[in-house]
Amino acid sequence: MSAMTSAKETADAAPRVRRRRGAHPLARFLFRRILTAVLLAWGITLVTFVLTNLVPGDPVTANLGQRALGDPAIVAQWRAEHGLDKPLWEQYALHLGGLVQGDFGVSQQSHRPVAEDLAQFVPATLELAGAAIAVSLVLGVAFGVVAALRRDRLPDHVLRVLSLIGISVPTFWLALVAFYVFFYRLQITPGSGRVDPAIGEAPAVTGLQTVDALIAGRWDVFVSAVGHLITPALVLALYTIGLLTRFTRSAVLEVLGQDYVRAARAKGLPGRVILFRYVLRSALVPVITVAGLAFGSLLSGTVLVEAIFAWPGIGQYAYKSATTLDLPAVMGVGLVVGVVYLVINLIVDVLYGVIDPRVRLQ
Amino acid sequence: MKRDPLARKGLLGRLPEAWRQPLAVVGGVVAVAWLVVALAAPLLAPHDPLAQELPRLAPPGPGHWFGTDQLGRDILSRVLYGARVSIPLTLLLVVLSVLIGGLLGACAGYFGRWADETIMRVADLVFAFPTVILAMVVAAALGASLVNAVLAVLVVAWPAYARVTRGLVLGVREREFVLSGRLLGFSAWRSLRVDVLPNVTGPVLVLATLDIGTALLLLSGLSFLGLGAKPPSPEWGAMVAGGVEVFDSWWVATFPGLAILTVVLAFNFLGDTLRDALDPRTARAIKERAL
Repeated sequence: MSAMTSAKETADAAPRVRRRRGAHPLARFLFRRILTAVLLAWGITLVTFVLTNLVPGDPVTANLGQRALGDPAIVAQWRAEHGLDKPLWEQYALHLGGLVQGDFGVSQQSHRPVAEDLAQFVPATLELAGAAIAVSLVLGVAFGVVAALRRDRLPDHVLRVLSLIGISVPTFWLALVAFYVFFYRLQITPGSGRVDPAIGEAPAVTGLQTVDALIAGRWDVFVSAVGHLITPALVLALYTIGLLTRFTRSAVLEVLGQDYVRAARAKGLPGRVILFRYVLRSALVPVITVAGLAFGSLLSGTVLVEAIFAWPGIGQYAYKSATTLDLPAVMGVGLVVGVVYLVINLIVDVLYGVIDPRVRLQ
Repeated sequence: MKRDPLARKGLLGRLPEAWRQPLAVVGGVVAVAWLVVALAAPLLAPHDPLAQELPRLAPPGPGHWFGTDQLGRDILSRVLYGARVSIPLTLLLVVLSVLIGGLLGACAGYFGRWADETIMRVADLVFAFPTVILAMVVAAALGASLVNAVLAVLVVAWPAYARVTRGLVLGVREREFVLSGRLLGFSAWRSLRVDVLPNVTGPVLVLATLDIGTALLLLSGLSFLGLGAKPPSPEWGAMVAGGVEVFDSWWVATFPGLAILTVVLAFNFLGDTLRDALDPRTARAIKERAL
């Protein structure tokens, strides 16, 4: 369309206009996506703020003891200390201004800046969720492809039942069962936490225990950290494995029905070439999008899994701050998790746009 | 030619096909069994689910088949009564999500413009959060109770229906049978109800069937976190949380967890089969031979 517009303009201006408006659909696509993401991030700050302020739960009753509550002076002082005596829009403006400078406020429970708390807990969760999404992608895609290729035969039926079980198991219960069976009874997996306390943690560089151990050259710490990571990551991954298996299966089946695959088969190309060059290349594009969304369910799952495995991540922190109505901490968690999720889906969107040019035009 | 002939052949037309699937039959039987349990819990339960009169932490055996918990309550009775807590609330939750999300999605798709923009941007915002995190923040903000947990799940559940309904409505909005209805002078409401709705119900019902499992998982997850059912209530998620305290006595957490698993699995078996029976893309692929 822009090529048509530029064609109507004078001859020497046309190439310049074309380059700026028409030649970079990818740049325009990126700009649009990033703008949407920024708007959503702002929306997230608004939602977390409104939710934690326009609700019946009063942080004063949640944080002060009975005796202190009876004294209006102490209550008023506490409110003033936490900025709760100002009008709501002013509280929000202050909150937003602070956020821009990396100030998430002070946690009413830990009496530390929320940013500090988050910096401490986020890497542990990212390590757990990262391990889980890696496992899910490998197993989910492999299972999905097998199910599609063996459609309506035994492997398909078995994988269908297994993946449906995977998305039906309550994560918190599975975590408990896995902990009981593998650690308590069989004693083949290490217990809670991120590394064996007898070995000690590697000096923190990235906050990811496995990476830090490698940086420090501590092989024993690395082995211990991986050992501690396996069970919670697998428990967490089960749901997304099921999800990705089902989705990959239908994506592959859809591509198998396309004319160009039929043409490739008619040409007599070997099945392996058809599978990798023709089928997987296009079938996996939508799978990437689903994997991005699945990351959200992983982040959700960490809240339920971290409690059982005593994993010192953001899930446990979220739970503790939500139950004590620790407003700055709750807002911080909601914001950080929301933004992490947003960034991952932005990356996925962009990847999608880079891989599949049709997407950019929508 | 008011209606597309295909539009009439919705979910009901294809149901018998779905019922030939063993998974659907198993899922259906288990789901109905749980509904019966929910209705007949007082007749089936051997003990009062709240009475603390049995030996504490007795392992499963004759007299109390699922054992007893740390307060000397019969776990079998509590699991059976738990069906009365979780199943009606989950069904109510899904019905409300379908109604709210469906109505908003239909408005967004049918009217477009600002209605579309407003509704879908709010839906996008909800989607920007991982579900449990948002539900947890909402539940914590409203205060810990089962009703508030239901509201919290509702907040995160409706946008999925809004998106699906909007997409489906957009797909049929410009079709001849809808346009001719409008030309005959149908009001927007009548057009939506008579011409658009039959094309939307099938996929939305499949989504709802699959969503029953997700909703129950979320609801029991919130209770597990202490943001849902209050302690004496025989809610399955809260019972699993109680089992965490008495780790040694595996039966305390195992049986309520299995109850959640079987209910969720039953509805997922049903929903998955229904989806296969409905999804034209998959139906098309059936005809193609695999590699």
